Amino acid sequence: MTTFHGVGVSPGRVVGHVRQMPQAVSEPPAGQTLTARTTPEQAVEQLKTAAAAVQSALRERATKASGDAKAVLEATALMAADPMLIKAAVKKIEAGIAAERAIWEAAEGIANTLLQLGGYMAERARDVYDVRARLVAELRGVPAPGPPAADTPFILLAEDLAPADTAILDPRNVLALITAEGGPQSHTAIIARAMGLPAVVAASGVLGVPDGTEVYLDGTAGTLSTDVGPAEFSAAQDWTSQAARMSGFDGQGVLADGAEVPLLANVGNAAEAVAAAQSGAAGVGLFRTEFLFLDRESEPTEDEQIAAYQGVFDAFPGKKVVVRTLDAGADKPLPFLSNADEPNPALGVRGYRTDHYRNPASGPGVLARQLRAVATAAARGTADVWVMAPMVSTPDEAAGFAGLCRGAGLEAAGVMIEVPSAALSSRHILKHVDFVSLGTNDLTQYTMAADRQLGPLAALNDPWQPAVLSLVAVTTNAAQQAAAEPDAAGLAAAKPVGVCGEAAADPALAVVLVGLGVSTLSMTARALPAVAAVLKTVSLEQAKEIAATSLQQESAAAAKAAARALLPILEELGL
Amino acid sequence: MSERTATIASRVGLHARPAAIFAEAVGELAERHTLEVTIAAEGVPAADALDASSILSLMGLGAAQGDRVVLRADGSGADEVLDTLVKILETDHDA
Repeated sequence: MTTFHGVGVSPGRVVGHVRQMPQAVSEPPAGQTLTARTTPEQAVEQLKTAAAAVQSALRERATKASGDAKAVLEATALMAADPMLIKAAVKKIEAGIAAERAIWEAAEGIANTLLQLGGYMAERARDVYDVRARLVAELRGVPAPGPPAADTPFILLAEDLAPADTAILDPRNVLALITAEGGPQSHTAIIARAMGLPAVVAASGVLGVPDGTEVYLDGTAGTLSTDVGPAEFSAAQDWTSQAARMSGFDGQGVLADGAEVPLLANVGNAAEAVAAAQSGAAGVGLFRTEFLFLDRESEPTEDEQIAAYQGVFDAFPGKKVVVRTLDAGADKPLPFLSNADEPNPALGVRGYRTDHYRNPASGPGVLARQLRAVATAAARGTADVWVMAPMVSTPDEAAGFAGLCRGAGLEAAGVMIEVPSAALSSRHILKHVDFVSLGTNDLTQYTMAADRQLGPLAALNDPWQPAVLSLVAVTTNAAQQAAAEPDAAGLAAAKPVGVCGEAAADPALAVVLVGLGVSTLSMTARALPAVAAVLKTVSLEQAKEIAATSLQQESAAAAKAAARALLPILEELGL
Repeated sequence: MSERTATIASRVGLHARPAAIFAEAVGELAERHTLEVTIAAEGVPAADALDASSILSLMGLGAAQGDRVVLRADGSGADEVLDTLVKILETDHDA
């Protein structure tokens, strides 16, 4: 009977059985030789048996998959027992090397050849590594890497989740997520919100919970308990009915007094855009374009880009779509743009910097070509296309970006406010651009000097930190003042301030942000109903009071508690 | 030793699905006729040819659409097997 405390990152209460995400397969030690009891012939036999087992497991999975996933699984199945791979490993085994180490090295050699070929082939190196991990796991008799296979839905327990894990997680089979590492803005948190799953991160010690244990997870409180009784079952039952109350969103982001707060969606591709439009999003507040560029050895052509952008624009005819230009570097390296050798990539040449401060690795003109493709795609549809640059630190950079946008014929140019210096100089930045959007994930990471992915720093990495809220207030105040002072052309224009970070998806924080003067909120489409339901219950005046109260607090916990105390609707909805 | 030259028809070259289809076909035919089929880029000596039933070898070959490759096999049924395989290579599986 133990309770583990972490950080709740996605609301919901469930009872279920935990399944552990298998550990990554470690490299067999270099020079590992056959044991005295194993002959090379036996080791070769073991390897061939393992290869056949991995191949049939992958084929089995391929029969259940469809489309691209099926094709990839079928090709990977062939690789598992590939004659060249096995032959290379057998040669090593015959020289006295242990089977695990032999297959490890053989696969390494092949992966290197593919990497040298570049382009599409280099991407396939990942499949070779995947097959290798499966073969070594099979030889060791441990579970294959990747999400556990179970017949009934389970609560996934992992050290942390990577973006790639989303692709292979079956949402119908997962009840909730809990990780020992990660913070409120880690990939696990983002994945959970996008999938609408209750989730807890940074729950230290939770990896000790044995596979199959029945547990109660509370994604609002951030706890997992192995003490499951009638009270827990009834709490989980209540959540089901509360969630049903928030299942729909009518597309109206309005406060109790009728003031409008457009609620937009964060999307990464056309499929997500179509889903977001179906969820009632009033537009797209953050279109992450890097997904088109990731896993590429070279820049996508303009035609490819145009088609991808059009796919998203077409989902929102006549509505706003804010395109964020390529955000490469740090956790999203691109071989043709970013320099992998930076000692501190989060503070390196990333985002808009890849264009503004050329490093030897960055080819020139990538941003100009992207803007041209955006403009072409925009001209072919009716979406109201806005463009913004990530990782802008100075008014000078903002002016540079606005110039590029105008050069491409794009009318609405903005920048993200995700570096403290940008928030502090937003007064000047707003002279050069038409709007700004607060990226609260990075703004929190940089303000608190705390890596988003580090579990032990989860408490620092909290957008409720008063220092972060203060920077939001600085930005919204600057925008309001800009509206009061006529610009160079003698026009007094209110410049919109949006929020497109994970903070917007937290219903209580959404109220605070609106109270601070944020005009639009953009979030994962899943969060729209809950945020709308809470906003509906407060007037702008009340939101301002709640924000002012939160802003006065000394800690993130106090800021959150103060806001929640003034928002009884949260308790009622189980948020 | 039988030999055939084929021109890669798939738009993505001999990668991905086309490579998987071809490797699988080679594997089945080679097993049925107990012979080995090799593949090499045109002009590459036969001694440096690769195992055509290996998807990894095929991918390492890096053959693009329009590239010419030489298939070789020895034994009874070799001609028939190679004719079948040439047809597979000269079909656009990516269409």
